Amino acid sequence: MSARFVAPILTGLFMLALWEGLVRAMAIPPYVLPGPILVAKTLVSDWGTLWPALVVTLSITLQALLAAVLVGVLLALLFSLSRWIEFSLFPYAIILQVTPIVAIAPLIIAWVDDVNVSLLICAWLVAFFPILSNTVLGLRSVDRNLLDLFELYGASRWRVLVDLRLPAALPYFLGGLRISGGLALIGAVVAEFVAGSGGRESGLAYRILESGYQLKIPRMFAALVLISLAGIAIYLLLSLLSHLLLRRWHESALAEE
Amino acid sequence: MQLVGIRDVSKVFANGIQALGSASLDIAAGEFLSVLGPSGCGKSTLLRLIAGLAEPTAGTIAWPQGRPDLGFVFQEPTLMPWATALGNVALPLKLRGVARSEREARAAEALAGVGLRGFERSYPRELSGGMKMRVSIARALVTAPKLLLMDEPFAALDEITRRRLNTDLLELWQRTHFTAVFVTHSVFESVFLSQRIVVMSARPGRVRSELAIEAPYPRSEAFGTSADYAALCRLTSAQLSEAMAT
Repeated sequence: MSARFVAPILTGLFMLALWEGLVRAMAIPPYVLPGPILVAKTLVSDWGTLWPALVVTLSITLQALLAAVLVGVLLALLFSLSRWIEFSLFPYAIILQVTPIVAIAPLIIAWVDDVNVSLLICAWLVAFFPILSNTVLGLRSVDRNLLDLFELYGASRWRVLVDLRLPAALPYFLGGLRISGGLALIGAVVAEFVAGSGGRESGLAYRILESGYQLKIPRMFAALVLISLAGIAIYLLLSLLSHLLLRRWHESALAEE
Repeated sequence: MQLVGIRDVSKVFANGIQALGSASLDIAAGEFLSVLGPSGCGKSTLLRLIAGLAEPTAGTIAWPQGRPDLGFVFQEPTLMPWATALGNVALPLKLRGVARSEREARAAEALAGVGLRGFERSYPRELSGGMKMRVSIARALVTAPKLLLMDEPFAALDEITRRRLNTDLLELWQRTHFTAVFVTHSVFESVFLSQRIVVMSARPGRVRSELAIEAPYPRSEAFGTSADYAALCRLTSAQLSEAMAT
């Protein structure tokens, strides 16, 4: 195995050992800081509560990501069709992006009756911008000469879009997707925190809040670990997707030769 | 027989730069014509005007026998990185609605014509600079155009590759009988390739002089080292200096 895998794994093991060692040596009580072994044990023993919560959070994340892809790509296509549409809407997309989600989440939760829908909207709001801005950039980064070539052979706007603009935008879109995957999870978790006990089906964030109130700190850590793992898994899956789609032709997917 | 007549054509860009100032030029069907001039003399602009990719500010471009089918080779290979060599060459046919099986057969034939048999499934990044240029030429020729416009196509290639491509281009020209308009800033290249050289002056571009190169085809490496060739290069070079001085 190469150093690329060995180095981070060794670092991780060392940090965990250090953590466990400090907790034991200084006799820190578990309600202040549980050691990694206790967290792992809790993860197993509380699996019955944690797993359904993870499923709830992940399902909101994936729905939000899907909606972000749909709306992001559609808007980007509209922007590429008309400068006027872009000038009219893009500033508002930026405003949505820079407004902190914790600040507007309570409003959305108050306005929308269905809590799940409001969580979805919050997660979507956080996730959609990178897809939109990257896809817009990609649709515009088309080789001028290739555009001339398409014109020379009398290509319709539709053909230019399908055969030229979309393939050229694909690497940019996939870059945006990778960022949005993580953001959708963050958006879902933040919205769950704000919604608190409002949700009938409780996600991981609610479990963290609840564990905090009940001083079940090891469970809180176990839930945190699950959120991180979910984030890593989403990132890896989207990276794999990107690699599979680009490996034959794009510079970013070149194997080190 | 005249293929295209260019009369007093000028081009001023939106930013006020005059790229081409009243250029006139006749191109005969079947000839190999080089347009020689310094950078920024409007050679590329002239080519784009002929291709119909831009409109002249003044003057006319007339096609006595009607506008023919034309191919264009850019300075860069300008290939779609996501498509194979075959897919790139088949593009003009695809855009014209030729059925898949036919366009792939014709694209494979065009690739074989530029010496790239067996590279149909390769992606551009797997090909060398010279091979990419060959793909680009195959793409321009796949529609069997009457007129092939080339905008300094070999300028970015190394000397050895450029010589090979020059000879191969001449061979293709003799085999397929298209009219070739070859824009270049290389005296040697223009003398080696063409029947006629048009020398242009710097901005705003004008046609300064014309030279006939009467050496017979096929022109081999031997022509490129002959005393005749050297004399013609000297003559052309003098005309170019004169055009640049005015």
